[in-house]
Parts: sequence; structure tokens; C-alpha cells
Amino acid sequence: MSIRTEEMVLNMGPQHPSTHGVLRLELTLEGEIITKVVPHIGYLHRCFEKHCEAMTYQQVVPYTDRMDYLAAMGNELGYAIAVEKLLNIQVPERVEYIRVIMAELQRIASHLVAIGTYGADIGAFTPFLYCFRDRERILHLFEITCGARLLYNYIWPGGLSHDLHPDFVRLTREFIKEFRPNLVELNNLLTYNRIFIDRTANVGILPVETAINFGITGPMLRGSGMKWDLRRDDPYSVYHKFEFDIPVGEGKMGTVGDSWDRYYVRVREMEESLKIIEQALDQLPEGDVTSAIPKRIKPPVGQVYTRIENPRGELGYFIISDGSTSPFRVKVRAPSFVNLQIMDELCRGHMVADVVAILGSVDIVLGEVDR
Amino acid sequence: MKTTEEIFQILKENFPNSELTLKTDVPTEPFIIIAPFDVDKISLFLRDNPDLLFDSLMCLSGVDDFNGQKVKDENGNEVMQGGTLSVYYHLESTSIRHKLVLKTSTSRDNPEVVSVSEIWNSANWHEREAFDMFGIKFINHPDLRRILMPYDWEFGYPLRKDYQNPEFYQGMKVPY
Amino acid sequence: MGLLDKEFSDGNIIITTTEDLFNWARLSSLWQVGFGLACCAIEMMATSASHYDFDRFGVIPRPSPRQSDVIIISGTVTLKMALRVKRLYEQMPDPKYVISMGSCSNCGGPYWEHGYHVLKGVDRVIPVDVYVPGCPPRPEALLEGLLKLQEKIRQESLVKKSA
Repeated sequence: MSIRTEEMVLNMGPQHPSTHGVLRLELTLEGEIITKVVPHIGYLHRCFEKHCEAMTYQQVVPYTDRMDYLAAMGNELGYAIAVEKLLNIQVPERVEYIRVIMAELQRIASHLVAIGTYGADIGAFTPFLYCFRDRERILHLFEITCGARLLYNYIWPGGLSHDLHPDFVRLTREFIKEFRPNLVELNNLLTYNRIFIDRTANVGILPVETAINFGITGPMLRGSGMKWDLRRDDPYSVYHKFEFDIPVGEGKMGTVGDSWDRYYVRVREMEESLKIIEQALDQLPEGDVTSAIPKRIKPPVGQVYTRIENPRGELGYFIISDGSTSPFRVKVRAPSFVNLQIMDELCRGHMVADVVAILGSVDIVLGEVDR
Repeated sequence: MKTTEEIFQILKENFPNSELTLKTDVPTEPFIIIAPFDVDKISLFLRDNPDLLFDSLMCLSGVDDFNGQKVKDENGNEVMQGGTLSVYYHLESTSIRHKLVLKTSTSRDNPEVVSVSEIWNSANWHEREAFDMFGIKFINHPDLRRILMPYDWEFGYPLRKDYQNPEFYQGMKVPY
Repeated sequence: MGLLDKEFSDGNIIITTTEDLFNWARLSSLWQVGFGLACCAIEMMATSASHYDFDRFGVIPRPSPRQSDVIIISGTVTLKMALRVKRLYEQMPDPKYVISMGSCSNCGGPYWEHGYHVLKGVDRVIPVDVYVPGCPPRPEALLEGLLKLQEKIRQESLVKKSA
């Protein structure tokens, strides 16, 4: 007697606690095994590119915040660099250093959310609380600097909206001193947890050739073992002045390029960010942060593509100027948008329960996927 | 490392029958203009030639050039007739570490470009987005549907400069 | 806390109205739908995490709308998402409450003018009890919104309103 089987289509999202927002995944299943994943996106499409065409160059900055809302500083930095390149202006040294400090603090805050929610997705809720405790301290540093917790409007083309708070350097050093032991604690709690390793090691293996062909960047590409970091390979701002390592996946718990490797790259990147912040605080020059801000931004006709290393990967801005005060076209190459394409490739052949583990290791932000 | 000028010469030798133009008068980045139906051939060559090895497509952007003739339609709204839509390709080689910008233009009334999603998988969603936002049809694309807008959106392509937003969508008022 | 605080002296009988009892039970354990939309969802997560601790007020995220009392619309509602939000609201059992968190879900926020795909206010699809302004609102603001909702529930009446 033969048993008749048929494929089942399962809908995951847009309301699902583990899809990190409003993502819908259409899973085709054969029993428990996934044969196909079709991501449906666009549930948070907020028309960023249309807004850019209607706004002046300065007015676009707050909208860039709202793309990758976990790494707003990075988005502003990328946009500011693109506009400065279009205008061909130099910004003061102090501005560059403060930008680097902010971008690295933001990278830690963003990775803390990624790690915390990843743990919560897999069933470990306590690391989530630990991560958010440390993240609140970074948000406090941002808040004393520019008054906002999440969306800052701080890095402007040509400069910064405010100088640092007098207490900023002291508080940041205190934070670094207290965060290092917390990171060890986090590693003991989650990274080397037997259940966590069983859920993530050898799950969703991404070979490096596939990753490059799919345009994967950021911690995902590094998790596959490729030493590729735009802060070193295509330096922008003042990153060439700092010493830091680029952590890559080594297959410590399984195969190179599995979910655990991608997770662990993020953990080690936070340590490297701390190193960069310490060096930048040591070398922080004096100066005026608002002197180079242009009153009116009217770049010449032309186009520019610049990219920076955001916590999720390569964030590119392609700006076409027609010589007026607002951009003719802005296209954002969002890292999450490109990274999410690989879901089908990674999930095929795995169990349903692994989808959450894989999606968490891809670490998407829907505001950036849909823009 | 090769400059755009050198790559242009290599392309010129290998594709004598194709229309190729080098633009260097723009202030920031030089780019090469190619014909919309040569995109796949040239892309494959760029990826596999051992001197070039462009293994990564960083970005693919659709652009409304807005260079046609402005006319009024029956409702008094300004619409564009004629003119072109463009697609920009930003390529990079992770091994040789050089970059290249390609541009291709297609007519606004019947925009068609050959897809490169077979060559770089990352182009798949970028091309869907360009289709969604500008209506550029990518020939040979495996799955050309809307991606960001709802699948049943029938009010045109939002990032075209003469796009008019509808009053209602599924019973919901759209304007403020 | 509230109604029954220090009310027990020795006896084990409490005399109160059904209305007060029901309202007290409702307002003290508002279970929210574990559902985030956009940037505000991160602040909502921060509110329920260690520093601000939503649990103090009896708010626990539930993954299913069928087990929840309150839905926090945390972020921009787009046209593609609007009907899903409506369906989520319809799946919740009565009595149900809605907190609209942030400018986007209040009125479209920064996307009010050029947002061709943004619904200008979630109140165009579902009724809203409390609006929390801000872009995004601080966790304290969301907590205050919740306290306002509790106040509203405390005033509720089981008696059918006369026309």
C-alpha cells in the first residue's frame, strides 16, 4: 500500500513574532522538509526614493534614519559622504572622528538587538534582556549628544548638528569598561550554550562563491570566511587610521558559513568596534563641527555611488544630481534587501523549525528591505 | 586594477558590432553606455574575462530620465510622452578590486532591457524593483512581478516622474 | 495596587460592584499582540525589555491575536499591510483595545505628503483608543499611553447605554 503525499504551502507572517517585522514567507513543505521559500516583501514600503526627489538635500537626512532604524547613524553617514563627494567638500577632522565613534557605537547597539532577538527567536529569552540592558546605555550616550534615542538626524552633509556633550568622552569610556565583562557574560550565556549550538551549527551553510554571486555583504559574507570589510577594503572617513581585526567565520562549531558562524562574527565585531572607539577617543582632535556645513546645497550635474559598511553590510547610495537643490534620483542599495534574497537557497532541505534560526542569522531590518 | 577607459578599449575590441559610448565629462564617475539588448552578452564577458572578473553586482538602479515631451492628458495632468528610461549597473570585482558603471537607455513607451539575473543572482530583486517602480520589462527574467507594491496595484509605476496617485485603493483613501 | 490594596483586614469577603471587578481584572492584565510594524516596534521592544519593563503593568506579548486584549500599532501602516492589520484586529476577542503608537500610525507622520503607499492614519481602518505622539515615542510615552488606556477601562460600564 502506498501513502499518498502532497506538498503543503505554509504562510509565515506578516504577523509572526520571529520574522523581525512584517515579512511574509511562503514555505512549500514536504512533510517537515522545506522545498521552497518565497519571501514576499513590501509591507513596509514607505516611498523613501520618492521623498528624496521632492525634498532638498538637507531634508532627506531624517528620512534616511527611518530606513535601517537600528543603525540610523550609519545611514546618515553614508548619505552625508555621498553628498559631500557630490559637492566635493572636505569636513573638519573632529567631525570625521565623531562620526566614526557614533557609527561604531551604533554598530554595537545594532548587533546587540540582532543577537538578543536571535536568542529570543531560538528560545533563550534571557540574553534578550541582557542585550537590551547594555543597549540602553548606548542610547543614553546618543541621547545626551543629540536628544534622540533611535532616529537622530545628527550627521549632516558637511558636519554634525551638535558638538559632543562635555560628559560624552568620560561616559563612553565608562561604558567600554563595563561592557567588556558583559560581553564575556553574554558568551557564557548564549554563544557556548549547548542548545543554542545544536540549533545553529551546520544550519543554513552559505558557501563563499554563492555569497558573492548573490551580492551578500557584511557579517554574512564574513561568516562564510571571506575577509571583506569596506572599512578596510574601500576606506571612507578616517577608518584607515585605526587598527582593528576583521573577524571571519572559522567553522568552530560546525561548517564554515553556518548560522553559528554568522552569529559569532557579530559578537566579535562588537569587540573590534570597542577597539576603534577607544582609539578614536584617544586621538579626538579639537575643532568646530558646524563650520563646513553648506548653507545651500546645490551640487553640479553628475552622479555618484558611495558605499559604507553598515552593521548589516554594504549600504550604497546612488545619487543623480540635475544641478538643482533636490536630488534627481536617489537609489539605495540596502544590504538587507540583497541579503534576504538568499533565503530560498539557505532554507532548502532544512526543517521548518530551522527557518527561524536561518532568518535570525541573516538579520534583516524590514524598514531597509522595503525602504 | 583597470580604469574605465581601459575596460572600454577591451570591450570595443571584443564587441565590434555593439554600440558603445564612453562618458567621462561627468564630474564624479565615468561610465560606459551600452545598448539594452547587449547587456547580457557584455555582462557575461565582464564576469568571465580573466582580466576583468566582475563577480559582484553592487547595485542596479532604474532611472526616469524625464527627457520627453510634456503634454496634458484629458484630466489636465501633465504626462510625459517619448523620452527614455535608463538602467545603471554598478559592478565590482572582489579579486581585482576595480569598479565599473554601465548605463543603458530604453524607450519610455516600450521599455525593454535584457535581464542579467542569470549572470548575477543579486540582480533578481533589483530588476523586479525596477519593474515595479518604472515599468522596465526585463527580458528572460525568471519571475518578473511587482515586489514592493501590492501585486494588484494597477495605478502605474510610482517612481516615474509623472506618476499620479489614485484617490482610493481597496476602499481606503490614499491622499492625506 | 489600586482597588484591592490594603482592603483586607481580617475577613475574606470583599464587597464591590461587578463593574469594578471586571474593569479591574481587565486593566490589570492587558495582553498585547506581539506584533511590530516599523521603527516604533524597536521602542516597543525596548519598553518590554529590562530597562522599562512592561510586565509591571501586566502587559505580556502574545504571539496570537486570539489570546490578546490590546494591539499596539507600532509604526507605519502601508496600503499593503492595512488589510492585514484590520484582519488581526478582527481576530481579537472582545473587549479589545487599540493603541496607535507614533506619528505614522496616528496620521501618516513624515510620509503624509509624498507617501503614495502609506495609509495616513490607522484610524482609517480600525478604531483607536489611545494615540501616542512622537517619532518614535519614548518608552515613557508608551507607558503613559498604556496608563491612559487603563484609566479609560476603569471608567467603562457594563450597563447598556441608553440612546
